[in-house]
Amino acid sequence: MQNILEIDGISKSFSDIQANNDISLYLRQGQIHALLGENGAGKSTLVKIIYGIIKPDHGSMILNGKLYDPNTPEVARNEGIGMVFQHFSLFESLSVIDNIILGQKGNQKKDSILERLDDLQKDYDLQIDVNKIVATLSAGEKQKVEIIRCMLQDPKIMILDEPTSVLNPSEVEKLFNFLRKLSKQGMAVLYISHKLHEIKELCDTSTILRNGNVIKSCDTADVTINELAQLMVGRAIDNKIKLSEPKQERVLDIKNISYTNPDIFGTSLKEIKFNVNFGEIFGIGGISGNGQTELMKVLSGEVGLNDGNQILYNNEDISSLDINERRQREIVFVPEDRSGHSAVSSLSLSENLLLTNLWDHNFFSNGVINTNYVDEKTSEVIEKFNVQCNASGSLASSLSGGNLQKFVVGREIIKMPKLVVCEQPTWGVDVGSASLIHNYLIEISNSGSTILIISQDMDELRSICHRIAIISNGVISKPYDAKRITPEDIAIEMAK
Amino acid sequence: MFKLQKKETIDQSSLYTVPLIAIGCSLIFVFILFLLIGKNPVLAIFIIFVEPLLSIFGLSELIVKATPLIIIALGLSIGFRAGVWNIGAEGQFTIGALFGGAAILVFYPTSGIWILPLSFFIAIIGGILWGMIPAFFKARFNTNEILVSLMLTYVATLFLSGMVYGPLKNPDGFNFPESRLFHDSGTLPIIFPGTRAHIGFLMALLLAGLMYYLLKRHKFGFHVKVSGESLRALVFSGKSTNYMVYLSFIISGAFAGLAGVIEVSGPVGQLVPAIPVGYGFTAIIVAFLGRLNPLGICFAGLLLALTYIGGEAAQIKLGLPNAITGVFQGVLLFSLLAAEAFTNYKVTLKKMRRNF
Repeated sequence: MQNILEIDGISKSFSDIQANNDISLYLRQGQIHALLGENGAGKSTLVKIIYGIIKPDHGSMILNGKLYDPNTPEVARNEGIGMVFQHFSLFESLSVIDNIILGQKGNQKKDSILERLDDLQKDYDLQIDVNKIVATLSAGEKQKVEIIRCMLQDPKIMILDEPTSVLNPSEVEKLFNFLRKLSKQGMAVLYISHKLHEIKELCDTSTILRNGNVIKSCDTADVTINELAQLMVGRAIDNKIKLSEPKQERVLDIKNISYTNPDIFGTSLKEIKFNVNFGEIFGIGGISGNGQTELMKVLSGEVGLNDGNQILYNNEDISSLDINERRQREIVFVPEDRSGHSAVSSLSLSENLLLTNLWDHNFFSNGVINTNYVDEKTSEVIEKFNVQCNASGSLASSLSGGNLQKFVVGREIIKMPKLVVCEQPTWGVDVGSASLIHNYLIEISNSGSTILIISQDMDELRSICHRIAIISNGVISKPYDAKRITPEDIAIEMAK
Repeated sequence: MFKLQKKETIDQSSLYTVPLIAIGCSLIFVFILFLLIGKNPVLAIFIIFVEPLLSIFGLSELIVKATPLIIIALGLSIGFRAGVWNIGAEGQFTIGALFGGAAILVFYPTSGIWILPLSFFIAIIGGILWGMIPAFFKARFNTNEILVSLMLTYVATLFLSGMVYGPLKNPDGFNFPESRLFHDSGTLPIIFPGTRAHIGFLMALLLAGLMYYLLKRHKFGFHVKVSGESLRALVFSGKSTNYMVYLSFIISGAFAGLAGVIEVSGPVGQLVPAIPVGYGFTAIIVAFLGRLNPLGICFAGLLLALTYIGGEAAQIKLGLPNAITGVFQGVLLFSLLAAEAFTNYKVTLKKMRRNF
């Protein structure tokens, strides 16, 4: 097979960070090539260089035997490189067909686009109603629109950035079939991910990046998932601590909560009902946008509920209490978003520690902040949870995602709370930090804390939870035993 | 085409350099302006910006004018830090002056040291009430506080006129639209005999010190900071978004109301329709020029006060129109915003593409 794209010795640095260091890789016709690495390994930088968004400092690229040096994404597209981004760039209020027409170059006739669209849909099983408004589509369908937009430009190489992060298992399967069909027809695919089993299943060859360097390029068939993980992280991943069995004693009992979202594009919660036992780790899975954020806010008290809804916590109805009254009852909350919700990036770590402790009188004397005490507590969190930073006065923005998340989680669980409610505790966090966070959660659950985790990452839930329920369209499923739940169960519940 | 791009890192020294650059640019602008209208620019700038500082009279007038500017700007800076835009301090200032002045007049000619504190209290209540109107509408109906607070300024001005032409008119005043002159118990003590410099200036400095401490060390300052950075984080910390809206308007209304009563019981000494002379608007420039920092606001307040006095001097000595004050203040705000934009953003030239 022929090399379609050769990347030779690409380097790029941003001030003092070497994002890409002498990276070389080859993409062949009809090949699905995985670009594997943790957050910050340099995947995005490399892809942006290929797509003409960033200029490299050194190195060169050869496309179809010719020197390729794109200045803009437009050049890249004209040369036959298509890209499907992780975050969709669609006009929500326009129809599918309008979005597709807007993405085409020049003045093409609508009829000719529709004709080519028809062929595409037939050949690749990309059925979609082109008159639907994009806002009404599911994440999987939106991705289809992006892919169609890309395909209409007849690309020779297709780049996909973490494409499965918004898909449910059956949609993932469909995407994989589509990509396999593409590669059979001779297209080269560059598939970016950190989900190892996907890469193992789909990709022919892999390039593993770490700290901006190519660690290894290999045929995926020759390595095991464990080897891939070690190559990616650079060391063996800690084994999980064993979970102990929960007691049959209800800590949290949610009885038929309904919440009508004032935002018309938001999800409303419908008769949510579940309970969590003492010492249990209870997971709520589902694709994002199905009511997770709303459920989190209802549980934390950031939004109020109408009368008649009950959240029983140790047999006390806490539904009318505000977030700090709930914190006083030793419940802690870790929302998903580290930038501006669970933490504020322009504040120091000490100030971020204070954010969830404003109810605690130890931190104040007559309303005046007890700076020494705050710094002391901050240092404790930094030390205990191995947060890599300069000092407690460092700005939150100076920390990497993984370290800030360790801090945000550590800030809460250092209090040995009775109940932890967290949302996506390892979202956008490197594998090493994620496994540390999982271990911390298991540890405090073993010593008597009860934990509720809302997450999109089903692997995460299956590996650390006792029971799992799935939320879909604001409705929650019955709980499943985490060891017995099958991908089919998950797919069925997600589609409900 | 030009394109503004946010800079990744912002130089810390910009805290000081931005106001200095803005002042420098404004001076260059008025220099050119004076040249164009045929006045000696060096002399004009000397008369406006230096001469007032060379006499006791000039200095005392400086602190008279700086007092309301500093007090109002201190109150406004809280809202501006927290992302609540009270543009109607002029109205809250007017209502404060009216309420406080009315309280003094009610007790005419009783003497007692309690009269001033009482009138201060009532003026503060008045300022708060006037500020509560835009706050309530924003919290309840999500209206734009900029428009509501701004428009209430004109209501307040007319309300003051109505009162001065009516119930509060001086019974012995030959029907002039003004109140009685306040009696001694309703007048602020003077710091330097023979000038108009009154103890209100000391109060302004005290408030600035207090504010500095509260912002730096108190829970209150923490809430203000978080609110300005992220409302979601504020809610997560346990305060509702409306809490900050109300709190900002209470503080800025109270400070503006206080400034109002200080103005009438200090330099003015009676209620007249022309109490609102734009301090409430100039204070917005003071707040930003002082980088929303209480100490910076003190310096900025003195500088802007200088433009008022210098403007008057230029009118008398050079025959320049009084508008020179407004022109300088406007150019200053403009340069300040521009300097700020260039510190936070970088300009890149983007090639125009013919076809796409």
